[in-house]
Amino acid sequence: MTVTKVVLAKLSPTMEEGTIVKWSKKEGDAVKVGDVLAEIETDKANMEMEALGAGVLRKILVPAGGKAPVGNLIGVIANPDEDISALVASAGSPAPKAAAPAPAPAPAQPAPQQSAPAPQAAPSQPEPQAARPARAPQAAPPAPPAPQPVPAPAAPPPGERDGGRVKASPLARSMAAQQNIPLASVPGSGPGGRIIKRDIEAWSTGGPERPAAPGPAPAPSAAPAAPAITPGQDIPLSNMRKTIARRLSESMFTSPHFYVTVEIDMDAAVALREQLLQGENVKVSFNDLVVKACAKALTRFPMVNASWAGDKITTHGDVHVGVAVAIPDGLITPVVRNADRKAVTEISREVKDLAARAKEKKLRPEEFMGSTFTISNLGMLDVVEFTAIINPPESAILAVGAVRKQPVVVDDAIRIGHRMRVTLSSDHRVVDGALAARFLADVRRLLENPVSLFV
Amino acid sequence: MAVLTMREALNQAMKEEMARDPTVFLLGEEVGAYQGAYKITQGLLAQFGEWRVRDTPIAEEAIAGVAVGAAFTGLRPIAEMMTFNFSLLALDQIVNHAAKYRYMSGGQVRCPMVMRGPSGAAAQVAAQHSQAFESWYVNIPGLVVVMPSTPRDAKGLLKSAIRDDNPVIFMENEVLYNFKGEVPDEEYHIPLGLGDVKRQGKDVTLVAWSRSVVTAMTAAKTLAEQGIEAEVVDPRTLRPLDDDLIFESVRKTNRCVVVEEGWRLAGFGGEIADRVQRECFDHLDAPVLRVTAEDVPMPYAKALEKSYLPQADEVIAAVKKVLYIQ
Repeated sequence: MTVTKVVLAKLSPTMEEGTIVKWSKKEGDAVKVGDVLAEIETDKANMEMEALGAGVLRKILVPAGGKAPVGNLIGVIANPDEDISALVASAGSPAPKAAAPAPAPAPAQPAPQQSAPAPQAAPSQPEPQAARPARAPQAAPPAPPAPQPVPAPAAPPPGERDGGRVKASPLARSMAAQQNIPLASVPGSGPGGRIIKRDIEAWSTGGPERPAAPGPAPAPSAAPAAPAITPGQDIPLSNMRKTIARRLSESMFTSPHFYVTVEIDMDAAVALREQLLQGENVKVSFNDLVVKACAKALTRFPMVNASWAGDKITTHGDVHVGVAVAIPDGLITPVVRNADRKAVTEISREVKDLAARAKEKKLRPEEFMGSTFTISNLGMLDVVEFTAIINPPESAILAVGAVRKQPVVVDDAIRIGHRMRVTLSSDHRVVDGALAARFLADVRRLLENPVSLFV
Repeated sequence: MAVLTMREALNQAMKEEMARDPTVFLLGEEVGAYQGAYKITQGLLAQFGEWRVRDTPIAEEAIAGVAVGAAFTGLRPIAEMMTFNFSLLALDQIVNHAAKYRYMSGGQVRCPMVMRGPSGAAAQVAAQHSQAFESWYVNIPGLVVVMPSTPRDAKGLLKSAIRDDNPVIFMENEVLYNFKGEVPDEEYHIPLGLGDVKRQGKDVTLVAWSRSVVTAMTAAKTLAEQGIEAEVVDPRTLRPLDDDLIFESVRKTNRCVVVEEGWRLAGFGGEIADRVQRECFDHLDAPVLRVTAEDVPMPYAKALEKSYLPQADEVIAAVKKVLYIQ
């Protein structure tokens, strides 16, 4: 019996369903373990799904363009002469719910599940093995007239997160709460899909879950292509759109936002940027300077680099700055890790690379997860100022407007200066108004003396 | 430090306390002329005479009753039960009298007695002579229950038990009587209610007492070869229980397996599991598991006796289960 069920793997921590972008093999093709079978669109990126068994791709059950929930049968690999008709027939009916999320050990890897979604027997506490024949001569209690105890309901199938209940060990729960990790998105490797310590540890080394970022982002330099939409038509939701909707609604409706705006004198930054370009042939963007300025300021204001955790506030040891990037059907926030310790030029290179790959949907999960603060910049679209929605579980996001020439008053005279407005959205549970203002003052000080960003 | 058997360590404890305090005396079946059914009382009759080392009839309720009465009047009796299987006959004296009078007299009457003897299985002595009764006694407020696992602990704890003003149930183990260990030469005591970490480890906490400590240590050794470091916590006194020591360990390891020779149902390990889940809930990464005797009377057949008692391989299996290995 060499049938391998091709099951839609959980390719990102938040993935619930996927769209088959294309099949890399067609029916009848020979397949080895590790061969790329298909490209799958998750809620975050397009990922390749590999074959977990060898044989011939006998049947494609969900064609390119089709959607399937995680865990569903989308194809069958088997020997050429293997009878797979029963399997194929069973896939015709709606997949049983229990076939759902096989825990994927790492977000980037397909879950090993060639042995099918057959539920393992739910582990039960070993009862003392009462060797009944030798049972002690207990005084038999008088037959109780009371109703017989109701037999315990059958154990639910493993892995099923029925009714939204997530099975996790108490330790895993408290670790997740401390690190502000949404438990529901952590794959559980314990019995019945229980999330245990090692799952949280594996997760946190990959970084806590990051949603797609709030607020649109640097638009592509070319004029943004208007999506091909026929007015009046309903548009089916992409996975990314669903994630954006869910995460940002959750942020807006649970964390009390307030907004503080400052105007920054960018004359020195403009001059420095030109000097770098002319003298050193080094090109940095205003946004790179903002990333560095925020990273430096965050090290001085740990409360802004923090998360509301229900019964406490978690401050983050590292400064990971997310940069919102617009991509054709949504947006994503690639992360510049430890931005406070990186040179501006390094940040610049990294952002360029991440943004380019984000547009191709080629980011690896660890490249868009784990930010502790986010920057959203609409300056390239000539936006003067705007407000952004906080990227949970962070506590603040900076919305950056364009650097504009405008009349400014210097020494009681009007002259032309460069100004940029930035607006900090803060979660008032963590950050108070005065703190937001002091943080922004620091960001302004750094940007107005941009040499400080290079030391 | 001298290396002694637990038998010798217990004997030393009684000899030293009897020499130190003339109110300490010993009574029981065969404790005098025969020098003890298990030779724990060897030499005591010769040293202290018939007045203080008293052979009794085969009448456990009478032994306990005399001890309780003597203790009420200010003596410090050590009542030996040939084994705790027979102590069931003395339960009324212990439960209704020894354990109650200090409370019911508002502290006017104390019962500074020790009831000691072997408990648990030995080797093929079958259903009536192989029972672990600590869970019975530990249920009774007013009693102290002590169960040493090493010669050093046995001596230090028995001396503390003799000096304690409460009735102490001191449960030894026949299999452990010949086990050897280092015992300090100088005077020392081990306070009642103080547990001991018998082996340090970071991966799982094994709680065990008396002979089960040996089982747990054997399992820990095998586990160490597989890279798993088990911490073995021996409470030594079950009542009052040093639960802080257990909690501290579980908070470190996040997992707990209790090993006990008694039956599972309403066994003392269940009490430990209860306290651990309550006090260490947020530190647990797996349910607390218990390795116990089987829920049957002890069989006589050797192979069945082995399968009845908790074994190291069962401990190892439980550890792997709480570590989610295999």
